[in-house]
Amino acid sequence: MINQFGNYSLYIALLASVYLIYKSLFSLKFVEKSINNKIFSAISIQSLMILISFVSLIYAFIISDFSNETVFNNSHTAKPLLYKISGTWGNHEGSLLLWLLVLVIFLFIFLIKSTDQLNKYRLLTILFQEIIIFGFLLFILFTSNPFEYLFPIPNEGLGLNPILQDPALAIHPPILYLGYVGTSIIFSSALAALVCKNINPNWASHIRKWIIISWIFLTLGIMLGSIWAYYELGWGGFWFWDPVENVSLMPWFCLTALIHTVIVLQKRNLFHSWIIILSITTFSLSMSGTFLVRSGILNSIHTFANDPLRGVFILCFLFVLILSAIFIFFIFQKNLPSFSAKYFFISKEITILINNWFMMFFLSVVLIGTIYPIFLEVINGSKISIGPPFYHKLIIPFLIPFLLFMALGPKINWIKDKMKKFNYKQLLLFIISVLISYFIIDRSDRYFLFSIPLLALSFYLLFVTIRDFTLNGSSFSQKVSHFGFSLLILSILLNGIFSSEFSSNMKVGDERKFKNKIIKFEKIKVKNEKNFQSLIAEFKITDKETTLVLKPELRIFNQPKTITSEADIITTLYSDNFLVFNILKKDDYFNVRYQFKPLMIWIWLSVIMITLGGIISFLRSK
Amino acid sequence: MYGKKVKLRALFIVLIFFSLVLTAFLVFKSLEENVVYFKSPSDVKNLTELKAKKIRVGGMVKENSVETFDNEIKFIITDFKNELFVSFVGSVPNLFEEGKGVVAEGFLEDKYYLKADKILAKHDENYMPPEVSEALKDKN
Repeated sequence: MINQFGNYSLYIALLASVYLIYKSLFSLKFVEKSINNKIFSAISIQSLMILISFVSLIYAFIISDFSNETVFNNSHTAKPLLYKISGTWGNHEGSLLLWLLVLVIFLFIFLIKSTDQLNKYRLLTILFQEIIIFGFLLFILFTSNPFEYLFPIPNEGLGLNPILQDPALAIHPPILYLGYVGTSIIFSSALAALVCKNINPNWASHIRKWIIISWIFLTLGIMLGSIWAYYELGWGGFWFWDPVENVSLMPWFCLTALIHTVIVLQKRNLFHSWIIILSITTFSLSMSGTFLVRSGILNSIHTFANDPLRGVFILCFLFVLILSAIFIFFIFQKNLPSFSAKYFFISKEITILINNWFMMFFLSVVLIGTIYPIFLEVINGSKISIGPPFYHKLIIPFLIPFLLFMALGPKINWIKDKMKKFNYKQLLLFIISVLISYFIIDRSDRYFLFSIPLLALSFYLLFVTIRDFTLNGSSFSQKVSHFGFSLLILSILLNGIFSSEFSSNMKVGDERKFKNKIIKFEKIKVKNEKNFQSLIAEFKITDKETTLVLKPELRIFNQPKTITSEADIITTLYSDNFLVFNILKKDDYFNVRYQFKPLMIWIWLSVIMITLGGIISFLRSK
Repeated sequence: MYGKKVKLRALFIVLIFFSLVLTAFLVFKSLEENVVYFKSPSDVKNLTELKAKKIRVGGMVKENSVETFDNEIKFIITDFKNELFVSFVGSVPNLFEEGKGVVAEGFLEDKYYLKADKILAKHDENYMPPEVSEALKDKN
């Protein structure tokens, strides 16, 4: 019953989509009139229908309606309520329905919030957006319908993969999708603005809000995924250059470039075509992200769904979208204002351009590292993977000039500025930073090339961004975000330099020495929980002053039969102590891994600070 | 003389061109150094020369082959045609189990012995490296 409800709502939404494409195309001739009420009602109906269909899927998950195949494949009656609900988007079908829901809701919000814009521009945005919605609806209905029937009705479901049963991962996909899907509005309206010659400062301040919103959610989404990987996968790091992670990072680089460039358009009316190109690229990367994760093409440690047909569909859809976008771009390129503005080498425009160049460089590195293995496999069939050293080697050296420009850039004025700003105070800060980093590197046992200049510049950036709070000039939101970023780079570097790790196989009662610490495996006990059995170990880690007790856990799930390790992490403002253990086989040995990670929490805090800057900027933009 | 605008454009194009070339050069140089090839135990046996480069070997953990020591784990990766002996120091993922799929990353000591420094297993409990599923198909 509830299944049919959800299914038919999707078909109604599909009809609405067809109607809207037709209607918005047709209404383009009557530019003068205000937007037709019929269009507004059709979009409202469409949003409502997809909302109904999504809610009915959630409902089917809550009541464990196993006549629904998606519920059967991904749920189980013994699962806690939170994970029954989050199971709705923890699978391929449901997560696409969520994509679609966000897509229509964003269009609805766009419709309400854009009343001050040109009608032709709004109609065109609706048209482009509806084409995307139409494609997604077809994709969902014909290749991954979440409302497939199952008969006879099974008594019990197969269960949700236990590593997905986690609070951070329950909210990670919706947040990330808000970011991904937000880029679709940017894409549609950039093309629409291009077609109706609307690329001007007024449009920039209108689209900027969408860029900021997408960027905020994308940043938070990436962070949540990273936190989850940190404590749940037990690898003890925060970024692994895994293809699935890279795929979310690429649109982030683009959006970050865009968030800076759009200010230039707003303030100086420059970089028109570059903004269009960035908008198209951002959305293409978001879409291909969905494609790469969903198709199973990526040779990733965490690719969840595998179905070639779906991949082919998204690939074709993506191809059509990108090609038509490029086509529109070239056809209407003459619409771009072509007046010669004066550029000076020392000006904010140029520093933002430099920022963009770096973003594009980082993007190319990540892009090539991610798709090269796929490419090579198609060409000559050899299977390869590209590890972290590739990315580190290419990104770390370029961080040095990047940090320098970031420290100097924001203080430079628009249009033209002079060199005089670089005075002795700056030099003093710089010398202090070099001394501090020399002192730090000297005390560590790890020395890598570039470590001193890199650390020195991060300290320098930190000092400069702190000092900036006392100065006038750029906006408060920029100061917060840049301060957050300097904190992020610094925490990552110090974390990388001072982290230490120890792994061993231990029996209960064993003791191991690691540096100046003694790790003791005290005991282990068994506990039965609602849907799993849990082994809780107790470890004591003693150094000269303190004793830490860590209680990592192993969960043995029956539905589906899986073991997961729950690391125990003691977090303080200075460092994380991370301990995870695992069964090897049925003998007395347990595989134990202990990690000492300084400043770990600052990585998350600084990302929150970066996002906070975005939020402030969003609230202040009128 | 050319106008200022033309000069600026030309400078821009030259800069973009050089940064593109530089990027391409650096990226491909780094790719060459850091690519890790994925092989099956049979591929390893057919190697003509051993390179001092990291590789990944995928297959199944042979039943009853896992041995645990204080600081080391030893096991055998098999694709049901050939086998490779693996020793590993470090922590193993949850899905590492006898009779399940595994990918070991490390350096080959010789054609029968891999010193691994990383063990990967897929999240999916039913995962099998493609080579292994092909090998299994051949067997039946």
